Amino acid sequence: MRRTTYIQALNEALREELQRDEDVFLIGEDIGHYGGLFRVTRNLLDEFGEKRVLDTPISEQAFMGMALGAAIVGMRPVVELMYMDFTLVAADQIFNQIGKYRYMTGGLLKAPIVIRGQQGGGKHYGSQHSQSVDSLYAHFPGIRVVAPATPYDAKGLLKSAIRDDNPVAFLEHKMLYFTRGEAPPPEEEYLVPIGKADVKRAGTDLTIATFSYCLLQALEAAETLQQEHGIDCEVVDLRTVEPLDTETVWESLAKTGRLLAVHESYANCGVGAELVARACEEAPHLLRAPARRLGMAPVSIPVSRALEEEALPWKEEIIATALEMSRR
Amino acid sequence: MKQADTASAVPQKTDGRAEPLAQKDAQTEGSLLPASITTDALPSESKSAIDVPELDADLLLEMYRKAVLIRLLERALLAAAEEGQIGGAMHTAIGHEANAIGAAYALRPGDYITCTYRGHHHGIAWGMDPGRSIAEVMGRSDGFAKGKGGSMHFVSPEHGMMGANGIVAAQVPHAAGLALASQLRGERKVAITFFGDGAMFQGVMHETFNMAAKWKLPLIFYCENNRYSEMTPIWRTSSIEDIYLFPRAYGMATMQIDGNDVEVVHAAVSQAAERARSGDGPTFIEGITYRLAGHMAGDLETYRPEEEVEKQQAHEPLTVLRKKLLARGVEEARISETEAEVEETIDDAVSFAEASPWPDAAETYLDVFAGPTSEET
Repeated sequence: MRRTTYIQALNEALREELQRDEDVFLIGEDIGHYGGLFRVTRNLLDEFGEKRVLDTPISEQAFMGMALGAAIVGMRPVVELMYMDFTLVAADQIFNQIGKYRYMTGGLLKAPIVIRGQQGGGKHYGSQHSQSVDSLYAHFPGIRVVAPATPYDAKGLLKSAIRDDNPVAFLEHKMLYFTRGEAPPPEEEYLVPIGKADVKRAGTDLTIATFSYCLLQALEAAETLQQEHGIDCEVVDLRTVEPLDTETVWESLAKTGRLLAVHESYANCGVGAELVARACEEAPHLLRAPARRLGMAPVSIPVSRALEEEALPWKEEIIATALEMSRR
Repeated sequence: MKQADTASAVPQKTDGRAEPLAQKDAQTEGSLLPASITTDALPSESKSAIDVPELDADLLLEMYRKAVLIRLLERALLAAAEEGQIGGAMHTAIGHEANAIGAAYALRPGDYITCTYRGHHHGIAWGMDPGRSIAEVMGRSDGFAKGKGGSMHFVSPEHGMMGANGIVAAQVPHAAGLALASQLRGERKVAITFFGDGAMFQGVMHETFNMAAKWKLPLIFYCENNRYSEMTPIWRTSSIEDIYLFPRAYGMATMQIDGNDVEVVHAAVSQAAERARSGDGPTFIEGITYRLAGHMAGDLETYRPEEEVEKQQAHEPLTVLRKKLLARGVEEARISETEAEVEETIDDAVSFAEASPWPDAAETYLDVFAGPTSEET
């Protein structure tokens, strides 16, 4: 093992898949000559050339639709959205087309496309560059949704996503890009399966089910809860939002009896609401207290750091909610 | 290469604003269409602009068979819709046949097509089976997509038909992606995408014009300009009269042709395909045509006078083609025989579709996802 950044892990995954499969190509804005706004695709144009790393005009609908056209004849486009907020610009192609193509064609055609990019708040980008779109993607059938939190998972899941026959929304987080973590050296290939959660911290009193950057917030909150309040949280990293690995969550719930779902997308109609609903439907016998969820406040995301921090469901809010749940 | 270009031949109005209806009526004897782009004014213009070789009489008869097949299939579908056998939105292409047939015969096996929801004629022209096509529209299990796509989503990869689409212009970047795949893989496949005049005003259309032209994609944009965006005449919504002028701004080769004449369409698409295959990039073809039936089954057609439709009958694709056949010495008896054979084919196709079972309820849940992490495979 060695330590690497989240960005480096993504860059390696892309490089390795470009090497492995000549049907893989990258397409997006500023990804080639510039190397990507966040440098995720750095140096890949030099190594693979303009037929594998395609710089596009700022035309999200068109290049998203072109990815679909190429995918239905067996290519494996990896589309970068500079900000995942731009999902909404390309929404017709993503939800009406890519997500439905296999179904509408009765299985005659498949759409193995990865739509990747960073989402989330914390960098004061405001209302149109800070949103989290995981629950939006998960709402529509037909698209897998992956949101890794560590460099190890990011690399293994991105490679799995590129090889998957389904469209995959691969959601990175701007606060995670420069974080470091352990990963095997590049010559040691590994994959992380889509659809499998991972227990990142074992505990006995409360299950926090989360993903993406909120995982880091949850782990910090768990430390505080342990040290200052004697509450031992188990932190489950969902890693994949569609499909949800409820089996792993229920296993944890069997130990703790308490479930708190946390994510940065809106709490309203969100992944947490879904998880809590499923717990009520599928595992009510495991719940010793009402399940709860935390998400972004129902506001557009403000630029001012004082306001943005208020809206984000981060560490302090996790701690406060966990304490409330533990008192019951 | 002789470039089709009728810009100088097509009169430009000095004022592009929509004129009041009464004025339009006076100008075009009851028609809501500007006089300068009625189909009867076009053949000479388009023929003067591109070289239109005469096709072999047997090939023309085969094309005529396809045209009648499409026409009768559409009529059968309208009848079935009337009987309540077909739900949802169904858009027939009666009057559009030549655009699809001329193009289909100009391209090669292995080439790709995507099209708009008015796409039955493309499916049939590209060789899809009429029985399975009708079954698809009826939502039966023998449909190409097992009844899941229906009228607006004709698809048959084995015929190169990569999907009709329910969203106006959404299929256009898909064709660009197919052309891109061909280019990246070093193949010599061409993609053609069909859309209506209404699609000209979707943003994604212009995004795709730019990318296709910049990347010199082997792509043919084919606009079937039937002069109505659904129920609204094009002159009410377009800032300019001749829509083929839009893609010209992206540096693309453009043609405005008579879309009701298979030979003209065949010549234009052949030329565009040659350009695409030689690496010289996309072509935009505006095929002037006319929709003789409603926008969709059940359309009350209150937006156009009957006389306008009547007037267009003189230059509709089957009439044009039939006249050509007779002029080239094909006997009336052979033509009638072909028509009778097609009638029988359509009768059989309707019977096949009606006898096709409904899909199993379990089918509802299939084809959502692929692979090992799926609820199904």
